[in-house]
Amino acid sequence: MAPLLRVNDLRTHYFGFRGTRVVKAVDGISFSVEAGETFGLVGESGCGKTTTCHSIVRLLAPSAQIVGGSIELEGEDLVKKSQAEMRRIRGRRIATILQDPMASLDPLFSVYDQVAEPAYYHQSLRGQKLRQRVKELLAAVRIPSPERRMKDFPHQMSGGMRQRIVGAIAQAGGPRIIIADEPTTNLDVTIQLQYLNLLKDLQRATGVALIFVTHNLGIVAKMCDKVAVMYAGKIVEMQSVRGLFYRPRHPYTKALLDSIPKLGVKEPLYGIPGQPPDLAALPVDCSFHPRCRQAMDRCRIEEPWQHNLNGDGNVRCWLPIDEEAAGRG
Amino acid sequence: MDRPLLDVRDLRKHFPVGGSLFGKTRGVVKAVDGISFTIKPGETLGLVGESGCGKTTTSKLVLAAEEPTAGAIEFDGRNLAELSRADLQDYRRQVQVVFQDPYSSLSPRMRVGDIIAEPIKAHEPLSSAEVRARVSELLELVGLRPDAARLFPHEFSGGQRQRLAIARALSTKARLVVLDEPVSALDVSIRAHIITLLEELQQRLGVSYLFIAHDLAAVAHVSQQTAVMYLGKLVEVADSLALCASPLHPYTKALFAASLPSHPDEAREEIVLSGEVPSALNPPRGCSFHPRCPFVMPRCSEQEPLLCEVSPGRRVACHLYN
Ligand SMILES: Nc1ncnc2c1ncn2[C@@H]1O[C@H](COP(=O)(O)OP(=O)(O)OP(=O)(O)O)[C@@H](O)[C@H]1O
Ligand SMILES: Nc1ncnc2c1ncn2[C@@H]1O[C@H](COP(=O)(O)OP(=O)(O)OP(=O)(O)O)[C@@H](O)[C@H]1O
Ligand code: SF4
Ligand SMILES: [Mg+2]
Ligand SMILES: [Mg+2]
Repeated sequence: MAPLLRVNDLRTHYFGFRGTRVVKAVDGISFSVEAGETFGLVGESGCGKTTTCHSIVRLLAPSAQIVGGSIELEGEDLVKKSQAEMRRIRGRRIATILQDPMASLDPLFSVYDQVAEPAYYHQSLRGQKLRQRVKELLAAVRIPSPERRMKDFPHQMSGGMRQRIVGAIAQAGGPRIIIADEPTTNLDVTIQLQYLNLLKDLQRATGVALIFVTHNLGIVAKMCDKVAVMYAGKIVEMQSVRGLFYRPRHPYTKALLDSIPKLGVKEPLYGIPGQPPDLAALPVDCSFHPRCRQAMDRCRIEEPWQHNLNGDGNVRCWLPIDEEAAGRG
Repeated sequence: MDRPLLDVRDLRKHFPVGGSLFGKTRGVVKAVDGISFTIKPGETLGLVGESGCGKTTTSKLVLAAEEPTAGAIEFDGRNLAELSRADLQDYRRQVQVVFQDPYSSLSPRMRVGDIIAEPIKAHEPLSSAEVRARVSELLELVGLRPDAARLFPHEFSGGQRQRLAIARALSTKARLVVLDEPVSALDVSIRAHIITLLEELQQRLGVSYLFIAHDLAAVAHVSQQTAVMYLGKLVEVADSLALCASPLHPYTKALFAASLPSHPDEAREEIVLSGEVPSALNPPRGCSFHPRCPFVMPRCSEQEPLLCEVSPGRRVACHLYN
């Protein structure tokens, strides 16, 4: 069976200074997401996570352009769609939840209006049925007394409630896949836990797939089935969540895992030296080599291929992986 | 010999709100409402709690940037309220701060050398050559090249700027540094550097920290003692490792349950709190945590639990334990 979403060799670049400065924010990434699955995209600031999300829903900044690759949703290539066609796809088949709920909510419209809109357009609900649906959606994201609260405006809600309302809006059009770009970064930890559990419950109830963007490996451990680690516009490692935590292959993945404090453990933390490279001036080597604990001569000359790992996933690194466990891809 | 460097006793800060210049105020926010803790020389107290619980207000009180409504702060055995102006000036030299946001906490128009030298010039009569030498030393101490002194803050990354803020805080030989969410705004790959740097500096200089954060794992990593704050009050204070091994207060337990696992199969006691943090303007009666507490008992809504020692070095404010 074909996956729900298949991103193949996607390249999205930003063109600045009349095209003389090209930022290769997304540079040849491939992954697929199955129905009902949670796919995690992790990596440090500026590695291209948001650009990937915006490419999929085709809401890129004017200076950005998809210069190669395809994004197939249920077999249809979204890269080839017109903006008019994309408007019908967004909300109905793919929904988004962004980091800052206020960016997704319109302060001038009531909660009812905003949750009702996708259900009105994409599911053609009207009148009492629409009202009922909005009430259900708000109850599903645990807004207390939804009947009363749906007349309120976003500013009358707490940060956690606003983010849950964005979750309700994302559900309203009955999408097959929801892209959540760091949806809990601004929430308190106990509220974050409520929200993550809520997303899991919604997913169980509706079978929607999730792309979860985060720089928090704890969220990955809790939420995801499959994970891609992004570095400087490329996916450097992709594995099942257990594979990634128990047998990380790429030195960057290992470094990230070693840099986070573990609850109640006083072991020294590993700090990754240096900084990510300038995406407008990438050399033809492994872009991680200046920061890598295990870099070899070859890493400074030649960009590593993507090696397939046995079973699932792949890694971009010159370090040998146990031969029988890997084939070349 | 084990006299605390900082001894905070029953500290309170209440803000009147809702009043106009002439009208009566509509209420008070009890941002900090009777907290007591100590910090030993060369040690770190971690302060955790969710947004709005009063962490920053606590740090402002310790920095003598706000007047307490009630209670006492003793530093090195001397009560702040009784210090002369000159002594208060010296207190401000010895107690410094690093804020969360490395972008706004450094003046953009000043060169790094001047930013770091500012507190030195305010507090110590040194020649400009001596100041320059001290600045170079400080830059090296936080892992930056001495020629960084000539540059402006925007020429540095977030992590480097936080190093600059730390150099500035240490420039006058501070004995206590208040770190108000010093790594929250930084990228994951950089947080470890700053945490490690802070730990190394403490080893070398014997400086004490009040480390404020909402990430329990980071707090427990850097601090010997951890204090958990909820709605202006401390609900649990304990040795950090003991706290991690067995959190006692239901809110501490909930924070543990909410802190994310370090791998996919880590079993966590599932305590999901319902509801949100109540308003500090109108805190619940009795135990202020009772409307969200999974273990609530009848007496919790009537009687306020006091912070009592339940085992040596461990204080908990909960009716389950006394
Ligand atoms: N409008 C733009 N014009 C030019 N470059 C841009 C633009 N938006 C983003 N970039 C660059 O593209 C790269 C990827 O940015 P992106 O926002 O996708 O990263 P991210 O992984 O989402 O980071 P974060 O974790 O900070 O959200 C960065 O180097 C960024 O500077
Ligand atoms: N100057 C002030 N006037 C009125 N209320 C205030 C003032 N400063 C703080 N508060 C209130 O006091 C409470 C505690 O605020 P504080 O900034 O200390 O919290 P915090 O724990 O640092 O939160 P955060 O994690 O969001 O930084 C909040 O309810 C806040 O709104
Ligand atoms: S290819 Fe080399 S430099 Fe790059 S991650 Fe692997 S070992 Fe490190
Ligand atoms: Mg982003
Ligand atoms: Mg604060």
